[in-house]
Amino acid sequence: MKRRAWIVWLPPVLSGAFLIALWYAGRAATGLQSWILPTPGEIFQAAWNEHATLLRAAGGTAVGALGGFLVAALAGLAIALVLGGARWLRTGLYPWLLVVQMTPVIVVAPIIVLWAGPGLPGIITVTFLISFFPIVVNTTQGLLSAEAPMVDLFRMYGATRWQELQLLRLPSAMPYFLAGLRIAATLAPIGAIFGEYLVGNASGGTGGLGFLVYVYNTQIKIPALFATALTSCLLGFIFVAAVSWLNWALLHHWHDSFERHDR
Amino acid sequence: MSDPPPIVQFRAVNKHYGAGPPVLDRISLDVAAGEFVSLIGPSGCGKSTLLRLVSALSPVTSGALSVDGATPEQAREHLAFVFQEATLLPWLTAAGNVELPLRLRGVPAAERRVRAAELLALVRLRAAAELYPRQLSGGMKMRVSIARALSREPRILLLDEPFAALDEITRNHLNEELLGWREKAPFTALFVTHSVAEAVFLSNRILVMAAGPGRLHAGVPVDFPYPREATLRERPEYFAKVAEVSRLLHTAEEDRAA
Repeated sequence: MKRRAWIVWLPPVLSGAFLIALWYAGRAATGLQSWILPTPGEIFQAAWNEHATLLRAAGGTAVGALGGFLVAALAGLAIALVLGGARWLRTGLYPWLLVVQMTPVIVVAPIIVLWAGPGLPGIITVTFLISFFPIVVNTTQGLLSAEAPMVDLFRMYGATRWQELQLLRLPSAMPYFLAGLRIAATLAPIGAIFGEYLVGNASGGTGGLGFLVYVYNTQIKIPALFATALTSCLLGFIFVAAVSWLNWALLHHWHDSFERHDR
Repeated sequence: MSDPPPIVQFRAVNKHYGAGPPVLDRISLDVAAGEFVSLIGPSGCGKSTLLRLVSALSPVTSGALSVDGATPEQAREHLAFVFQEATLLPWLTAAGNVELPLRLRGVPAAERRVRAAELLALVRLRAAAELYPRQLSGGMKMRVSIARALSREPRILLLDEPFAALDEITRNHLNEELLGWREKAPFTALFVTHSVAEAVFLSNRILVMAAGPGRLHAGVPVDFPYPREATLRERPEYFAKVAEVSRLLHTAEEDRAA
């Protein structure tokens, strides 16, 4: 296994180098101005010049994204527990969850500001709305995934409903819940930035990345806008990495997705 | 002196699922305490259903079924079930799985741990106590599954083709060991299998069933004394018994065609 370690890092480095080369070539070929298509070098220069602003903004966005993500995780689990309780609850409630999911957040943004208030509460609400659905769907599926013979065994051995939930259904649902969290982790920073853009500046802004997009756009600081995008990506990666770590920590002892092939 | 009452008693038991055709037709059957009874028959003869009735996983449609002098529902406490699959919880260690029935009964953790260690020693898996199911072979998983069933100290053990997925050598070893565990922790066994050789080796009585609808075709006593050694499989009287049961199984299948 060890001698093939290059396969992990070499292909992405090569593909990255190729893309950057293509970018420079495209700029040279088209002769576009820096404020329309900045080169990677100009973007990094802008990122360096603005790094204090960008870091402060990223910190603000991280707070909103984390808040919304945690609310989505807890509420998603709670909703899944209700849906997993009985079929009539699923048929009765699922259509309304779809309605919430299908309604574009941008349409309800004014209502969110009205109800949750501008600034952080509104941003957390937008983040929650954008990221809770995959958690609900995956976790509900997981709660229903306990195998029939296992359920028979619990029934036969006199398990209470609470024991069945605690010792069988919740652990069965864990990999599904974590899969939902992984999707939500990619959505939460996007949701927070979107929220800052939509409702964050209603009170003069919270200084998040979403608000910076608005500021740099007005100032036509296009390389800085690209640098903001880059910072957003990095924030997203941190979220995904954290959830991937959690997934590993909770599952690697027993779950087949961490099967070692060297046994 | 009169015989003790049967521990499992079927009286003209019928079983249908919904409005479907009968799965079991007028089953009458007595199993005495301490017996090892195997059920063998073609697919669809209802032998697994019969175990589900005894374990109260499924109710009888008509007729009377008593288990341990009570209803199946009431007798559950003294009953354990081993499925064809090991059905271990993958997130618990071998020891955790063996402890599970005790945990469901509310036995304190310290006591559970001691009991699980004893049972894992009995099934020769002391060293595997802290391993997770995916780290165990098929045969080891089945040992854990049986240890889990034995943790309930059952009076009746129901086994539904527990060794069907294992290779023949592993299966033979487990057959010998199962009889050994029974010496140490006596239980009445109802054992469903597709293997005539396995049924003859384990049982003191074999019930041959016929399908469409499921019914009892013949009962064959197997008089080899316990404890039984692996060398039983080399003896002519063992072969004769295997041949006798195979013949009955054949006529049971013709019975369906008729």
